[in-house]
Amino acid sequence: MAVLIDANTKVICQGITGQQGTFYTEQALASGTQMVGGVRPGKGGARHLGLPVFDTVKEAVDATGADASVIFVPPAHAAHAMHEAIDAGMRLIVCVTERIPVLDIVGVKRALESTNTRLLGPNCPGIITPDECRIGIMPQEIFRRGRIGIISRTGTLTYEAVEQTTRVDLGQSTCIGIGADPVQGMTFCDCLALFMDDDETEGVILIGEIGGEAEEEAADYLKANPSDKPVVAYVAGRFAPPGRRMGHAGAIIQHGTGGAKAKLEALRDAGVHIAESPVTIGTTMAQVLARGKSKEV
Amino acid sequence: MHIHEFQAKQLFAKYGIPIPKGAVASTVDEAVKIAREIDGSGWVVKAQIHAGGRRAGHFEDAPQGEGGVRIAKSVADVEKHAGQMLGHALITTQTRPSGSDVQRVYVEQACDVQRELYLGMLVDRHSSRVTLIASAAGGVNIESIAETHPESIIKLAIDPLEGLGEETAQGLVSELALDEDQASVATRVIQTMYEMFVALDASLIEINPLAITATGEVMALDATLTFDDNALFRHQDIQALRDQAELHLGELEAAQHGINYVKLDGNIGCLASGAGTALATLDAVHLLGGAPANFLDVPPVAQVGRIKEALKLLLSDPGVASILVNVFGGGIMRCDTIADAIIMANREMPLKVPLVARLAGTNATFAIRRLKDAGPNIIFATDLADAADKAVKAAKQTKEIQRRSWWQRVRGVSG
Repeated sequence: MAVLIDANTKVICQGITGQQGTFYTEQALASGTQMVGGVRPGKGGARHLGLPVFDTVKEAVDATGADASVIFVPPAHAAHAMHEAIDAGMRLIVCVTERIPVLDIVGVKRALESTNTRLLGPNCPGIITPDECRIGIMPQEIFRRGRIGIISRTGTLTYEAVEQTTRVDLGQSTCIGIGADPVQGMTFCDCLALFMDDDETEGVILIGEIGGEAEEEAADYLKANPSDKPVVAYVAGRFAPPGRRMGHAGAIIQHGTGGAKAKLEALRDAGVHIAESPVTIGTTMAQVLARGKSKEV
Repeated sequence: MHIHEFQAKQLFAKYGIPIPKGAVASTVDEAVKIAREIDGSGWVVKAQIHAGGRRAGHFEDAPQGEGGVRIAKSVADVEKHAGQMLGHALITTQTRPSGSDVQRVYVEQACDVQRELYLGMLVDRHSSRVTLIASAAGGVNIESIAETHPESIIKLAIDPLEGLGEETAQGLVSELALDEDQASVATRVIQTMYEMFVALDASLIEINPLAITATGEVMALDATLTFDDNALFRHQDIQALRDQAELHLGELEAAQHGINYVKLDGNIGCLASGAGTALATLDAVHLLGGAPANFLDVPPVAQVGRIKEALKLLLSDPGVASILVNVFGGGIMRCDTIADAIIMANREMPLKVPLVARLAGTNATFAIRRLKDAGPNIIFATDLADAADKAVKAAKQTKEIQRRSWWQRVRGVSG
């Protein structure tokens, strides 16, 4: 098993004829993902990379039975693309596009309420269940199918965690990049819930960063929903330069959360194992799992 | 993107949020002229910089002197204050240690303030909605009030489909202890704030204080307005308000090349791709006892020319003793793009300090071969742990060499 996507997931690409849409659709096809079509308004009826192109998401879903969509549409039109996918009843939307105006995403989040659609991103690298399905832009070659679920708020640092878990022979069940925009789809908590229920996942790695309160919320979630599965976290930015302030309003609404120290304390308090350095993410998980095993014996 | 108070107030005036009479001046003569044109017996002279904490700050040349927000009782006072502010650096808790140069002052009519309220609006990550924050007690101590009396802070998450209707706004204002006329103005103010927030793609609108004057008027005495950088493409008029002088020279160049650069105090120049990796690189260097000279995040979409310019920022920094390039290629970022940028930068500005490169992921092997063929003297690292270690050691060696050559020069002179 894995979470969110597997070999049966049928994927379409919104913005398939663009440079990025083309490149990553080719990559997904090469790694065996069931890419079933693409959407590009005005180019319906054409074929691209051997796949049918549709004018709308609705037509693509009706014709192909797609249940997941990856979005490579430019920022100005990305929100529209997401609304279209939501209206078409897509099960999973992965929005890779970055630099989308935040108010556009506020609107998308509102539209997601009372639907069963899940959104990853925007500004996220995507999701991979190794050997089964690959959606997004993560480099395939560092992955190996295995036992660790990875949830990351930071794009490129995700690869660091993947490479390290591969190197210590643990491998990954599913790796989810959730993105770090201020307003986003699935959160750490949503993904933790999935991994805790997944038989194949023996431990979960959280890659966080300073700012926002996603790590604090994850800590609260883990306290409220205790599990035997170990969670290892690395939070980037302990030594970051002080950020730009968002007026008094930012300080009031954050009330003490957001800094690396507060995040690490909250996570530790929830029983999460902290990787102190970005270079010890994989080894920390390996040690924690080995300790767990030796206790069982 | 930040703008100045006077620009925010001009926007307030345009949308109908009441503000005191005032105008901006870039010379002392202009300040005097504005003061004469405004009726009344008192004025406020306010330094226009992008940082907060102006009132409690001080000027570089007068550490014990007054801050950047001053009351003037006469036109002569306005002249004096404007003269002490214009062309001088104002240091506040939110500026760089050297302060920000004051190039303009805002001169406005002083009000007899009876009460100060707080209004702020931003996108709250938790609710994923535009959220209004209000307090019946505003002013400079708003953050400590929020800390000690959290119950006095009112928050309202606004449904994007419904907007901020009059009834909802009235309900919120009813908690601010205002009389009927004041409440009706305040209701209009918060509805206008939301209208502006959406129309202009703001990321923060703050009125602190919203003052109730002795004559019962409601007015925004200060105005903070920042905008969502990602939405600037649909607001040419807002882009035109950007004050280039407010950015650090390196930061300005970086902004022009679409690169995230923050100058720090250390001596290890760091370049990474992706904000998370850039932060992690700083962490790894610090944990080994090193000190980064900067934070520099090259977005994965960056073209080779932009990365070259970013590298030249590090190469031209005299405080840099070693350079650490940490790139995990993936997605749009390929390692050979980084390799090409290093080769081009080295051609235009030859390397004088050791450069440690950790290249992994997409096209890493190819990139490393390319760098070896091109010849610049690069120290390759197998992973981030190795790279941070080598960069910290290289910086120490550079310092040692610099120290020795300094001694040799000193000895040479004295001998």
